[in-house]
Amino acid sequence: MKDIIKNLNKVFDNRVRLGIMAILVVNEWVEFKQLKMMLGVTDGNLASHISSLEKKELLEVRKMFVNRKPQTSYCVTDLGKAAFQEHLDALESIISMKKKLPE
Amino acid sequence: MQEQDKHLNTLTEIRDLMERSSRFISLSGLTGVAAGIFALIGAWVAYYYAGISFSNEFTYNERFSVRELELFLLADGLVILIFALGFGVFFTARKAKKAGLKVWDKTTERMLINLMLPLVTGGIFCLILIFKWELIGFVAPVTLLFYGMALINASKYTFHDIRYLGVSEVILGLIGSYFIGYGLLIWAIGFGVLHIVYGLLMYYKYER
Repeated sequence: MKDIIKNLNKVFDNRVRLGIMAILVVNEWVEFKQLKMMLGVTDGNLASHISSLEKKELLEVRKMFVNRKPQTSYCVTDLGKAAFQEHLDALESIISMKKKLPE
Repeated sequence: MQEQDKHLNTLTEIRDLMERSSRFISLSGLTGVAAGIFALIGAWVAYYYAGISFSNEFTYNERFSVRELELFLLADGLVILIFALGFGVFFTARKAKKAGLKVWDKTTERMLINLMLPLVTGGIFCLILIFKWELIGFVAPVTLLFYGMALINASKYTFHDIRYLGVSEVILGLIGSYFIGYGLLIWAIGFGVLHIVYGLLMYYKYER
């Protein structure tokens, strides 16, 4: 049991950070605006969570100009993909384990 | 117990986000209904004006030469396609607007590319069948086959239910290619009736 809980990644404790990762693993590059819309959070909130994920090298940032407007997109790194998958697996095994135990 | 519920909720939420962010979900069921209605109108025009029979072999109509007939049917199909697409875009844009989504984004692009690849192939193949080999009888089943394959392909990038519509079209196309001569009938069922039925099902399932 302890081993499984150890596999839960502290970084993904937060709902928004977990949401960002969930969206990024199934998409190639996602714009800031799209993330904001899908998660329903404020600019500041989203930016701070993104930067903490970036510091851990779980996602990659790309800045470019589209029609002379700056556009920032994000993409998950291999490390991020693996960490997210591990976290999901841990969540799933906790759920299935608790189900087996009698109340 | 509460801990478990929390994890379960998190998982459900993650799955939902992954699903919503990677699939085109603005497709409206009414798009299908509109396409179906126009297809039935088109079939009726072909039957009434060009004398194409619903039930047996190609009956030659004195009003048109063979070439004129081909062009008439092609024009009939194109007009129907334009109307169906127009209404489709309208209902889809309306649904996207209601949900606060952009109509055109990565998911739209991905879905359309995967739909168009088999569809354009089928379209070109049909033109070859008509103008090079004059195998008009095969056109209806072949359009259904390729359309069904296109839907099955696109279903990975939009509502999964589309897959069943695709499979139904393919089955109908296979039946139609065996019983040649019932082209207009299977065409009316495949593009008309099936679209209306699936469109209504989708509408009641997701949009009410």
